[in-house]
Amino acid sequence: MTRGQPGGTKEKHMTRDELLARVKERLGDKIIQWTDKSPRRVYVEITPEDIPETAQLLFREFEARFSIATGVDTPTAIEVLYHWAFDQCGLIFTVRTKLNRDKPEIESIARICKGAEWIEREMWELLGITFRNHPDMRHLLLADDWPEGKYPLRRDYVKNG
Amino acid sequence: MSKTTIIPIGPYHPLQEEPEFFKLHVEGEKVVGLDIELGYNHRGIEKLSELKTFEQTVFLVERICGICSTSHPLACVQAVEDAGGVEVPERALYIRSVIGELERLHSHMLWLGLAGHFLGFNTVWMWAWRYREPILELFELITGNRNHYGMMKPGGVRRDISVEDIPAIQKTLDGLKGPICLFRDAVTDDPLIRARLEGVGTLTKQQAIDYCAVGPTARASGVAKDVRKDHPHLAYGRVDFKIITGKNGDVFDKAIVRILETLESIKIIEQCLEVLKTLPGPVDSNPKEIMAGEGIGTYEAPRGEVIHYICSDGGNRPLRHKIRAPSFMNVPTNQTTVIGQSVADATIILAAVDPCYCCTERMAALDAGSGRRILSSAELIRLSQAKTAKLKKEMGVEGPRLKI
Repeated sequence: MTRGQPGGTKEKHMTRDELLARVKERLGDKIIQWTDKSPRRVYVEITPEDIPETAQLLFREFEARFSIATGVDTPTAIEVLYHWAFDQCGLIFTVRTKLNRDKPEIESIARICKGAEWIEREMWELLGITFRNHPDMRHLLLADDWPEGKYPLRRDYVKNG
Repeated sequence: MSKTTIIPIGPYHPLQEEPEFFKLHVEGEKVVGLDIELGYNHRGIEKLSELKTFEQTVFLVERICGICSTSHPLACVQAVEDAGGVEVPERALYIRSVIGELERLHSHMLWLGLAGHFLGFNTVWMWAWRYREPILELFELITGNRNHYGMMKPGGVRRDISVEDIPAIQKTLDGLKGPICLFRDAVTDDPLIRARLEGVGTLTKQQAIDYCAVGPTARASGVAKDVRKDHPHLAYGRVDFKIITGKNGDVFDKAIVRILETLESIKIIEQCLEVLKTLPGPVDSNPKEIMAGEGIGTYEAPRGEVIHYICSDGGNRPLRHKIRAPSFMNVPTNQTTVIGQSVADATIILAAVDPCYCCTERMAALDAGSGRRILSSAELIRLSQAKTAKLKKEMGVEGPRLKI
């Protein structure tokens, strides 16, 4: 696999604002909400359908490093936060997406970015998020005979016992 | 026709005292596949953290790892400070860097010793740990503990480094330079070490990028990424140091990167101490409340970037606390580095990422109602004996049966 054809090393010399302007332009109308929280942290909301394309763009074109993803059970949705690091300008760019609480499902990005393989397995078993087309979906941390449908990081887990 | 055999390493690793299961698929002496199984020692720290106040959380995450025990607190307090808009006094930033770099020193020395042990060079092991000992004694002087220093808190540090202690710290550092240079020269000169490590377990630059590897594992492959430089925090933006990188990504380069990094750490500590001699001021801003919001804290642990994400609703506990240790990104690279290598080299290749399993696993199965461990040790023994009995019956083997 090769990466970074358009732009390539050019991004390395960009300032934070130039880089963000280009990311904004390339993401275009995929952006639902853009929060410039601080000089070092940006949060962007994207629909689940646009996540693979966003990952492709950030990882391959802008050469961002996939740092990790966080799954959060909120009252209205299961959120997945993909934390991308732009090491060239000390910025952590977090892409947030909201999944339906009743049937949380999203396309896997592990084929785009190998580093996402384990964390998707972890989010599946702990939060019950289905990652479509994941290359190797099985338990990572929990035992193989862990009961189906019990997700320890869900808010209602304690009630179910 | 070749036949594939599975060689199990673990779950009780014969050398590393932590449970993880590597299934090596081998044809003859050649490794053709690797399956990694985790999850033997989960402690539920992410979930547990939601029940602790922000101050308590720091003590909790300190227990994630016994070796890089200040890296998790550092990332955690920075995440809280990022979420809650907390200011940190300048003197505290320098103290944090000193503690962080001392930890890198002792951690790299520990790895160097273990690497020698894995290779059968027990002299390297003994000497590396002998030179690591004064660093632990130094920690006791500064923090009161040889490990689990309890130094970090949101808004600053818990203890100041007194000016009277600085000469003692400097003396220990001076005493380390000679031995580290000796190790550097011994490793690069020794034909046996070179033969065992060069060209073994190579991770190419492209693979390091694809796996999103971090820390010395990535830097040995020529990926010049270091959170201390790229995302300047603590005092790292104000001191002079180099990012050490390798070219080949083999175990030899990983060893060299770590050895040279210890010299850079000494350089950083010395510069910080120089500032601490004269810099006045408090070491803690005593934040009264943490505002609602979300924050991310990163720190370059000895093994690579640690990242913590904290979401706060303005109360005194995190709503969600996500922890990612560097080994979580580095251990999967073994799936490519070990392929095609000989079984004899597998132990050092698997150890070359300086894996920390306890960081990667943070969960335990508890009964929600009573809070009791679902599988107590008595339960595990019973299960194990029941399984042995079942297998014996299936295989038609008779033998003495243990009573619980």
